[in-house]
Amino acid sequence: MLEVKDLHVSVDGKEILKGLSLTVNAGEVHAIMGPNGAGKSTLSSVIAGKDGYEVTAGSITFEGRDVLEMEIEERARAGLLLGFQYPVEIPGVKNIYLLKAALNAQRAARGEGEIPAPEFMKLVKEKLAFMKMDPSFLQRAVNEGFSGGEKKRNEILQMLVLEPRLAMLDEIDSGLDIDALKVVAEGVNSLRSEERAVLMVTHYQRLLDYIVPDKVHVLLDGRIVKSGDKDLALELESRGYEWVQEESAA
Amino acid sequence: MATEEMERLVRREYTQGFVTDIESDTVPPGLDESVIAFISQKKGEPQWMLDWRLEAYHQWLKMKTPSWAHLDYPPIDYQAISYYSAPKKPEDRPQSLDEVDPKLLETYEKLGIPLHERAALAGVAVDAVFDSVSVTTTFKEKLAEAGVIFCSISEAIRDYPELVKQYLGSVVPQGDNYFAALNSAVFTDGSFVYVPEGVTCPMELSTYFRINAANTGQFERTLIVCDKRAQVSYLEGCTAPQRDENQLHAAVVELVALEDAYIKYSTVQNWYPGDEDGKGGIYNFVTKRADCRGDRSKVSWTQVETGSAITWKYPSCMLRGKDSVGEFYSVAVTNGRQQADTGTKMIHIGENTKSTIVSKGIAAGRSDQAYRGLVKVGPRARNARNFTQCDSLLIGDRCGAHTFPYQEIGNSTATVEHEATTSKIGEDQLFYCRQRGIAEEDAVNMIVNGFCKDVFQELPMEFAVEAEALLNVTLEGAVG
Repeated sequence: MLEVKDLHVSVDGKEILKGLSLTVNAGEVHAIMGPNGAGKSTLSSVIAGKDGYEVTAGSITFEGRDVLEMEIEERARAGLLLGFQYPVEIPGVKNIYLLKAALNAQRAARGEGEIPAPEFMKLVKEKLAFMKMDPSFLQRAVNEGFSGGEKKRNEILQMLVLEPRLAMLDEIDSGLDIDALKVVAEGVNSLRSEERAVLMVTHYQRLLDYIVPDKVHVLLDGRIVKSGDKDLALELESRGYEWVQEESAA
Repeated sequence: MATEEMERLVRREYTQGFVTDIESDTVPPGLDESVIAFISQKKGEPQWMLDWRLEAYHQWLKMKTPSWAHLDYPPIDYQAISYYSAPKKPEDRPQSLDEVDPKLLETYEKLGIPLHERAALAGVAVDAVFDSVSVTTTFKEKLAEAGVIFCSISEAIRDYPELVKQYLGSVVPQGDNYFAALNSAVFTDGSFVYVPEGVTCPMELSTYFRINAANTGQFERTLIVCDKRAQVSYLEGCTAPQRDENQLHAAVVELVALEDAYIKYSTVQNWYPGDEDGKGGIYNFVTKRADCRGDRSKVSWTQVETGSAITWKYPSCMLRGKDSVGEFYSVAVTNGRQQADTGTKMIHIGENTKSTIVSKGIAAGRSDQAYRGLVKVGPRARNARNFTQCDSLLIGDRCGAHTFPYQEIGNSTATVEHEATTSKIGEDQLFYCRQRGIAEEDAVNMIVNGFCKDVFQELPMEFAVEAEALLNVTLEGAVG
């Protein structure tokens, strides 16, 4: 589904990713772990098309399409969705308005008409209930005055409504208390299916207790230096990253 | 986003630039007493009106163009302007829509104001000003039933001289400022509204202005008087065709609210802004002022300004009555080479007077805009309260936004609050929306409309929809 090959990325002339390769297949959940500054967030930002990242070498393909040639919105419409670590506030724009505009834009790209209002409301209310969010949420401005937990729930709510093919989650667990973490994890787990994949970036093993990954990768100094199954995350939790560093240097 | 891309998107064309080819009855350029006498005679005015005009003219001759605004434009040659232009045959003016020159109606169609439909569908009475003569006034009968007078100022001078004499110039005196003096001398048309005691106007009143003939100035004069416990909502929309020369628009609007009266005045202004390099476009120098004369009276100004090459405009409220309320809600959008210096004045004179100012400025392209607001609290205005919020949104990196708040507080019991923000349209906001699949332009419109929401919700319903659409057109491709 997603194929990243020998990706080199610079920010302001400084190389952050130094030949990263990664393959994600449909039906899989991947977790990328690593210390601060290893380039974890850079990877998801580049895949999503954020400005300010220069790809100097390598390729990203998604279902056979060259992602680097696609506009930001095209990537989203193809099913590449990013759950932000720090979702931005958009004053005056209601949550429900953004959701509807996004869903209709994606439907239009698939050649479908606008979703009828009653159908949309039914869908959104169902997903809201699943995320244990109050319907009043829809009438509030996007992320404005939301607590950290509310913002993260909102990101997952959007995923549930938009149903991406590949959901990328950037530190979705940061700033969450345990109850909120469980709700967010349930939301992500409900996305799991044979046709869909999840790519999570995280610092902490804690998240992986609730969203059990099929594959765990260690990102160190711009490269994936070790891959394994969920046990690798536990090992990192108890031993830290140094041993991986030493192992890869050896 | 890359600057070049931003610029590509900022360029747009004025979609309402077309010229209606109707023969005009126009006086040669220039201004002197004989031109004023000509205008007065054309309008069939009584002697007192001509005297009033000439008085204004003599004051104007002694005045100088104000230079304090944050605007840059070449000096205007007032002798190069023609001060009167009316569609041919003003004597037999059409009595109904059927008699109106079809070309004129076509013009309204192009503007998106199908007059009859609009009036019928929306229940709006439209007093359409085409250049200088009122072409048609609809819904007059229904208004007459309620006792509301809604007609052109010229008719009012003829038919209701006592009312006009009593109120004209009572809010904006002839010599108030340079442009008001010029207007007082040469005004050619405009609207007059009188809502009698205890009457709530049964419909929203609306006037569309349009400058059509080349090289003519348009000088409307609008006077709205709301008697005790009366209410009215007045809508004003403006657009003009595209020309290479600059055109002058110097209007005066006077509002009088007596005890417990409420006037809501909404403007959507879309005058031609000139081309990308600043060629052509309307010079818009307008004096708008409300006198909250009676206790508990209220005036609310709402404006959406997207056009004009230059805007110089400060709708103001004199809060004289006890417990009177003044409000100012404004969205100003500038793009290309537009310049706007706009804001408001809230003059607190009576006790317990209250004012609210919400100003949203959006600057794109190489435009420049300033918010200029005065809050003045007089010595007798005990417990006066003001809240001001002005926010600016910059799109791209070659535009500018400035805020000039003035406060003169002469009473220690007053409460005055001022909040101001300036932000760039967030790359991260755009990225967020686009990452959800929303096209860049739609995302910009969404963000800008969100930014303006506090003001749009003050507009009458159908106007709000129009304003939103206009904003989208103005910023079309505008950004990104």
